[in-house]
Order: sequence, then C-alpha cells, then structure tokens
Amino acid sequence: MHYNCAVMGPILLLGPQRLRPILDRVMADLGIEGRIAAITAGWQEREAEDDELAEHLSGRTVNLALYRRAEQVFESDPELAAASHERQGLLKRAQELYRLRLDHSMAAVRQLMQRAEETELLEEEVSAAFEVVRRLDDGHLERVRKIHSGFEEMWMPLERPSVAEQRTELVEVLSECDAVAVAGGHVAVLLNRLRLFGFGELVGELPIVAWSAGAMALAERVVLFHDSPPQGFGNAEMLESGLGLYGQILPMPHARRRLRLQDPNRVTELARRFAPRVCVPMDDGDYLRIDGPAAWAEAPVRRLTAEGKIERLGAADEGRRTRGSRSRRAE
Amino acid sequence: MSLAIRAFEKAYTGEPAEIDRFLDGRSFPLQEGTTTTFVYRGEAEEVRLRHWIFGLESSLAFTRLKDSDLWYLVLELPELSRVEYKLDLFRHGKHKWIRDPRNPLVAHDPFGANSVFQGVGYETPEWTRPDEEARRGEIEEFTLESSAFGEERTVKVYVPARFRKSRRYPVLVVHDGSDYLRYAGLRAVLDNLIDRLEIPELIVAMTDSGDRLAEYTSNPLHDRFIAEEVPAELEKRFPIDSDPSAWGLMGASLGAVATLSAAWSHPGRFGKLLLQSGSFVFTDIGDRNWRGEQWDEVVSFMNTFREAPGLPAESLFVSCGIYESLIYENRSLLPILQATGMDVRYAEARDGHNWENWRDRLRVGLSWLFKGPLWMVYE
Repeated sequence: MHYNCAVMGPILLLGPQRLRPILDRVMADLGIEGRIAAITAGWQEREAEDDELAEHLSGRTVNLALYRRAEQVFESDPELAAASHERQGLLKRAQELYRLRLDHSMAAVRQLMQRAEETELLEEEVSAAFEVVRRLDDGHLERVRKIHSGFEEMWMPLERPSVAEQRTELVEVLSECDAVAVAGGHVAVLLNRLRLFGFGELVGELPIVAWSAGAMALAERVVLFHDSPPQGFGNAEMLESGLGLYGQILPMPHARRRLRLQDPNRVTELARRFAPRVCVPMDDGDYLRIDGPAAWAEAPVRRLTAEGKIERLGAADEGRRTRGSRSRRAE
Repeated sequence: MSLAIRAFEKAYTGEPAEIDRFLDGRSFPLQEGTTTTFVYRGEAEEVRLRHWIFGLESSLAFTRLKDSDLWYLVLELPELSRVEYKLDLFRHGKHKWIRDPRNPLVAHDPFGANSVFQGVGYETPEWTRPDEEARRGEIEEFTLESSAFGEERTVKVYVPARFRKSRRYPVLVVHDGSDYLRYAGLRAVLDNLIDRLEIPELIVAMTDSGDRLAEYTSNPLHDRFIAEEVPAELEKRFPIDSDPSAWGLMGASLGAVATLSAAWSHPGRFGKLLLQSGSFVFTDIGDRNWRGEQWDEVVSFMNTFREAPGLPAESLFVSCGIYESLIYENRSLLPILQATGMDVRYAEARDGHNWENWRDRLRVGLSWLFKGPLWMVYE
C-alpha cells in the first residue's frame, strides 16, 4: 500500500475549543483573512448550531453541512443508504469482537507490568505482550479496511450521482474559502461523512485547523480512549484508519478528563502500545502545527513517554514523518 | 501500633489542659489505619454512638477517660466505609441525640442531618459536585390531573442542556424526585454525567408522594399513576423515544418497591430499572415479616413477585449498602432476578440506608442502564 502525496498546506491540531477557544488566534497566525469552511458533521443533528463558532471567527464561516448532505444522499439513494447501513452493522460487530480479545490481551499486559521484578525475562514478556496487542490492533485495522474497501468497490460512492452532485457543490464552496476548520464531536460519524465525500481530495492545499474528534479523524489511525470510564476496563481501542492526512501523531483530546496522566503505568501502556506513533494529550490551549515532515508545538503541548512520563513535544519529534496524504487511496 | 487514645490514656495525669493538648491539632473521628476513635468532651452520664450499621449493636457505649469529661469509643471500620451517626448523650435522666461537634462532615436527609464518618479510601465522588464546566440542565415543573388519585400531582422535570424539540430523548422517572434533588445532588450528577458523555442526554421526570407508606407499598393506583399517567403526560409535553428500552424507572428504599411494582404490573412499559436499597421485605414462612404489620402490603407483593417475577424490564441495576439490614433482602432477590433472563447488575458499598449512598451509586447505575457516547464523542 502507498499513498499519493499532494501538495498541501499546513495542518493545525488544537485542544478542545468549547471553553477556551484559540481558533481565531490560530487563524490569524496563519494569515487567514477570508472565509473559512467549517465542518461540524461530528455534531450530528446539531450540525447547523454553529453560531458560537461563527461568532468566534467573526462571521467568516461557511458550514459545509456534511451531515445534512449525507442525509440527503441517503434519502435520494436508498441503495447506497442500505449498503452503508449494512456496513455500519459489520463495523460495529467487528469492533465488539475485537474488544473482547483486546480486554484479555490488555489484562495480560497489565498483570505483567504490575510485577515488581526488574528482570530481563520480565521485560521480554512485557514486550511480547505489547506485541500481541499491536498485532491485534493491526489485525482489526486491516479487517475494517477490508470492510471499507469491499463497500467502496461494490458501491463506488464517489461516482454515484447522489454523492457527485454534493461534491460539485462542495468544490465550489471550498474554492471561495481560505481554510478549513474541522470541529470535534462523534468521531465515527465525522469520519464517515469525510470519507463519503472524499474530503482528502476536496480540500486540496487549504490549511486545515482541526480539534478534538476533528483532529482524530484526520490522523493515520483513530484511537478511542478513556482511562476511567464508568463501565469496562478503560482499554484504548482502535476504531479504524483515519484519513491519514498526517501520521505519527496520535492526538488525545480532553486528556485532563480522559487520561490518568498521573499514573506512570497508564502512560507507559499507551506510549509503548502505540509506538512509534507519539501520543499527544491535547487540552485547552494546546496547539500543534504539522507542516511538511515536522511537527511544531506551541507550549505546552506534551507527549507520553514509554518511561511513563509526560514530556514536552520537542526537538526529538521534529523530522518525524508526520505527513500523510490528502488524496489517500489504497492500492 | 499503639493508638493515640491508648497512649494518651496511659500518660494522662488528670489535668484538663492535657486533654486540650490531646484534642488540639487532631481531627476527629481520628483515623489510624482502619481503626477509628470517636470522642466527645462534656458532662454526661453516658455517651453512646448511634449509627445504622446492621450487624453491630445499634448503639455503642463510649468509655469515660478516667474521671475526666472526655469520652471515647474505638471502632474498627473497614476501608471504604462511610457511616452516618449521631451521639446519644444521657444527662439528667434524658437522652439527647446530637451531631458530633468535632466532625464538620454532615449529611442531610428528610429527617434532618447526621454526622458522617468517611473511612480509609472513601472520598466524596468528584462527579457529585457541581462542575462549572458542565452545561446545566433546567428543572421545570408541571401538574397533571391524576385520575388514579383524583387530584392534581406535581411532577418536576430535568431537561438537559441543549434540549431540542426535534430530537427523541430517553426518559427516566424517579420516585422521591425532590429528595433525590435535595439530598443526593441529582441535578449536578445529571449535569456532570451528561456533560462527560457517560450517559446520554436524558429527560428525567421526578415524582413525589405525600404518603409513601400508602402509595409506595405496591399500590395499584400508584402503579397506574407511574406507569400510565406520568408517561402519557411526558409524551404530550416532551419528544420522547417511545421504545421501552429508552424508558427507565428508579427509586430508593420504598421507592424501589414502588419501582418494581409499577414495572411488574405494566410489563413492557419500562425497559430499565434502577433499584436502590429496595425495601424488598418478604417471608418464607407465614405472611408477616418480623419487621411488623406495616410491611404487610410489601410482603404480600414481594412474595407474589418472588413466586412469579415475570419480565418487568429488560435491564435492572440493583444496589444496596452492606451496612443496611436490607442487604439480606436485596441479596436474596438477586438470584430470582437473574433467573428471569433479564440483564441484571448488582453493586454493594460499605454504606447505609441513606441518600449519599444512593447518590454515590448513581454513576455506575445510570451509566450502565443508559450508555453514554463517551467512547465515540470528543467535543
């Protein structure tokens, strides 16, 4: 598999924007003075309730309405809607089955990590246990990829009139915009809508500013996480591949609420499991720019380390290959 | 390890100033591991600890420190215990129950307030406190003309933040709703759990009863009110998902009996039940429970239910405090519920029959019954 690389503008990943937004400042830093295409499809039926966002950006937003457009597509194209519904069912089932195995594999990792010995033998076992989890994660991603590629080959959504018509409109709207803002929300719904309309190709060279689920959906892999859910084991899980507009970085929004960053074992667990990708907790005020092959962090963006520490995302990360492609196609 | 009170007792020579020094700089009840020392200083003929821990004597005598006015009681309380208590002072031939003057921790209930002892490892859950970052729901109120009772009844309704008429919401009906709001912080709990995506946005209808002993003891009129009249009115006023799996009913103590009774008499109405410290009093022999005749109606219902539980709901979350006498009834009910094929979850805590116990179990109970989108939504 390889990716077609297009010429691209920068991608900026931000922490959550609800309480202490910095989006306006970031757009100003980018020199964006014109219109901004907003994607709020992750808000689902609240997609159009973007008054606060519009106000924050001085009324310069135009909502791409991907959620509504998808609803229109499904309404006018029942065959695609039914196939899409069936695919969602398959994805849900695959996730459930993967989760079952994951819980057991992660239990093994934790049991081993809790042992107090510092022996080479134990470390080998821990590494092997992580490897099992990584293979499980990769296997799940591959299964999901096959479900998507089977769907795309069978139904060719981008070529269907119902989708093509919306894409034509989207191209026109985007041609009048200087940047794209991708908000958070339901990450699977957002990703589904971005895929449906081939967002990676549509966006061209426009700078993208994304936060929360928006940042997650654009990544190479989408990892769901919560260290202390009221039910279950709190095992982070792979959802599926993201749009792959950047690689190596795994944004973890709302880290303050969702991650037990004070627990070195938990930090180690995430960092080692997802290595070589870098887990980046994203809280209010955090701002990470991916431009070309490198990532620049505005203080105080952090990363999780395999030693269980939280470190500033710094020079060591520059030069990492962070860029994916906006016209990603599996071949 | 020598306890502070024992060491002090040995060293005490009879000077009141020594007691001042012992008490100063220590907070009471004094925790030393899982051993707790309660103290009271003042004139009395007798001091006792009144608590509601089933399994211990309901009142435990303090010991006077030599001839001083300092009284103490040493008690072993397991980790994670939470105990509500009062001090019973016997003076001039009279008993007087007071809150522990040395303990600032207090819990309120409809009968007043108790002192609270929090054992090793117990912390008031952070999600029970108002969070300024959480979006706040609104409490509305409506009255409905109840044909079951032939009178108007008031229902309070929690409407989640960002409510939209175009959505369909799941709904939870709560017995003793005003008490849940007042003593279990239900509003803050709902705000927080919804805002943290641990439960979905939820309409919560809260009913009250002026006569719980008459209405919550498996009263067919009350069953009708809860399972027919309140839902009909809610559906008129709010956009509610009509699927029974979107409907929940909950209550504590007798409210849990009323919950079970309403659901059992109206199968298919409520898909989810949350039963907290249910007064599920029953008999295996005869019709009268040792607790007395005021429980006859409950015993009659519970005996019938235990014989033929049917399928009152799809999912049930049951919780009870280990220090309650009702732990026996709740544990006894569990295998019966599980045998029905309903999805049943059970939780216990080292706590008593009180509102803060019920508050503390809301997160695990509500989030299990009403699953929130926290795995998928990152706002």
